[in-house]
Amino acid sequence: MTVEGTAARKPRRSSKRTSASATKAPGAQSAEPQLVQLLTPEGERVQHPEYDIDLSPEELRGLYRDMVLTRRFDAEATSLQRQGELGLWASLLGQEAAQIGSGRALRDDDYVFPTYREHGVAWCRGVDPTNLLGMFRGVNHGGWDPTSNNFHLYTIVIGSQTLHATGYAMGVAKDGSDSAVIAYFGDGASSQGDVAESFTFSAVYNAPVVFFCQNNQWAISEPTEKQTRVPLYQRAQGFGFPGVRVDGNDVLACLAVTRSALERARRGEGPTLVEAFTYRMGAHTTSDDPTRYRLDDERAAWEAKDPILRLRTYLEKQGLADAAFFEELETESETLGKRVREAVRAMPDPDHMAMFDHVYADGHALVDEERAQFAAYQASFADADGEVK
Amino acid sequence: MAVQKLPLAKALNESLRTALETDPKVLVMGEDVGKLGGVFRVTDGLQKDFGEERVIDTPLAESGIVGTAIGLALRGYRPVVEIQFDGFVFPAYDQIVTQLAKMHARALGKIKLPVVVRIPYGGGIGAVEHHSESPEALFAHVAGLKVVSPSNSSDAYWMLQQAIQSDDPVIFFEPKRRYWDKGEVDTEAIPGELHKARTVREGSDLTLVAYGPMVKLCLEAAAVAAEEGRSVEVVDLRSMSPIDFDAIQTSVEKTRRLVVVHEAPVFYGSGAEIAARITERCFYHLEAPVLRVGGYHAPYPPARLEEEYLPGLDRVLDAVDRSLAY
Repeated sequence: MTVEGTAARKPRRSSKRTSASATKAPGAQSAEPQLVQLLTPEGERVQHPEYDIDLSPEELRGLYRDMVLTRRFDAEATSLQRQGELGLWASLLGQEAAQIGSGRALRDDDYVFPTYREHGVAWCRGVDPTNLLGMFRGVNHGGWDPTSNNFHLYTIVIGSQTLHATGYAMGVAKDGSDSAVIAYFGDGASSQGDVAESFTFSAVYNAPVVFFCQNNQWAISEPTEKQTRVPLYQRAQGFGFPGVRVDGNDVLACLAVTRSALERARRGEGPTLVEAFTYRMGAHTTSDDPTRYRLDDERAAWEAKDPILRLRTYLEKQGLADAAFFEELETESETLGKRVREAVRAMPDPDHMAMFDHVYADGHALVDEERAQFAAYQASFADADGEVK
Repeated sequence: MAVQKLPLAKALNESLRTALETDPKVLVMGEDVGKLGGVFRVTDGLQKDFGEERVIDTPLAESGIVGTAIGLALRGYRPVVEIQFDGFVFPAYDQIVTQLAKMHARALGKIKLPVVVRIPYGGGIGAVEHHSESPEALFAHVAGLKVVSPSNSSDAYWMLQQAIQSDDPVIFFEPKRRYWDKGEVDTEAIPGELHKARTVREGSDLTLVAYGPMVKLCLEAAAVAAEEGRSVEVVDLRSMSPIDFDAIQTSVEKTRRLVVVHEAPVFYGSGAEIAARITERCFYHLEAPVLRVGGYHAPYPPARLEEEYLPGLDRVLDAVDRSLAY
């Protein structure tokens, strides 16, 4: 049973969190509950009574590789923004374990509804990383075919996609399929009405959907305390389905917990809320300045829990990966960075007329009229050779 | 049973039944649409015949209804959702505007959103607040949506068929005060195009353009005007996005005068758009400025005042007089 009752949990004192307890509601927990962990920040493998995972050395190295390459891609995108090649970038730095762990728990026929920060999940789905950059460069609003990798378009409006995921899952159930659906969202989105409505709909219709909340502690400048007075995973109980908090910086635990929630969905037992407790190491986006609202100490504390470092420590200690593996991965990372850099720089601006394309599937008289007007206007600048200047 | 005389609500019911029978992907969803058959009985008997999996009573949450319908459409279904009353659509407005309308373009055409949002709209039934509004302009303003409204039983049947078959999202406004008006429906006829207007009365002195509940009123006004020796043409617009400007232009080039009538407030209303476009297209044909008759820039009033707020026969004829006086 995955329901995490408050009574069953041993409160673990956290000085940071208890300092805020004065603002909490009577009866609300004053300390953070324990979270599911299989790999400690020090790289020690630990057991959990409800969740376990048995991975081959190759699979473990695979998870490590996924996280390293995702982080490398993310760093390249941040650089490309600084170089003026992208207008904006939303970094996932620090959230690699939550995304790779959950992403690798999925089957090919499962369907993903991401926010705009799920670059690691996209990686797991086999979406070409350069596809993600068009919207941040400003050449499209996404543009990839969601059905080719069962990875929906990035959704910018906070929380909207949780309803799409729920509807899609209702359809999966109607089809009699044993596929599952996963909806990503964050701690900020947990305050959105759409998220609450998606919990209601999925519970009422017993939809095969996993709600994967990356609680990265910050919704731009607002700490989780501004969104909730109870740990987020406990919200699920009120809707009638289980919630579980997992160490979001532990890729093994994220994989185990998500896999269990997906299996539950496949068995027709309905939704699960997974709260991956993690940290947004970078800014909200490249436009944000976190020095205005949070202290370096906090970041440093989370740096010690880095998701990649702990798996590397484990792999090295256990002798599961040799120096050659890490060297090869370093080379592969640089190759990826170069490929992304070159692809973005070569990404052309869209044709002027493109804004009129795909407004409607079956066409629209006004769009046709305005397209023709705009084309005529553009043509009025043509010189004698017909070149538009 | 090819030709039947049906109330408009029953024509919609027959249309939904036909859609459910012919396409297993069609779903009907909304508040109280199942056992109750909808508060206006538009979905009466459908759940009994097609089951709870296809005619779905939803939680009372409009954003959830439209948001899950989007997900179902992405899975390959064709949801027809009911918003119980016009004034209750706004919790879903975000999903309709930011997601339903734009997802096809966001995907550069790689996915389609065949969702119909049915909304009973308009006043004249003596209801409480939020049950009598005409928010069509708020949707017609949004690229990616199509917006239509039938005025009679035959159009109710056929336009709903066409809306369900459309691969674009369609906001389908139903004139609730005409739900009980009977009209002939030929279920074997060849329907006109969904977004084409129809001239429902020929005339030569002035054109009245209306849609939904106001078409009947304009026909009555034209009949009264005829008694006074004035030949008024009435165009049933049927579609508010796209608008069949060619049909209006053809009529106005003949009559040289145009009055647009709708229940919605005239400020930023569809009449404003029609006036601007027709002034551009027919500047040298017009003998008078395009006039509008509609609601005022005030919240929809309490029921005892709605007769004054809504366009009535006298207000339409007053506008006809003013136009002809130029």
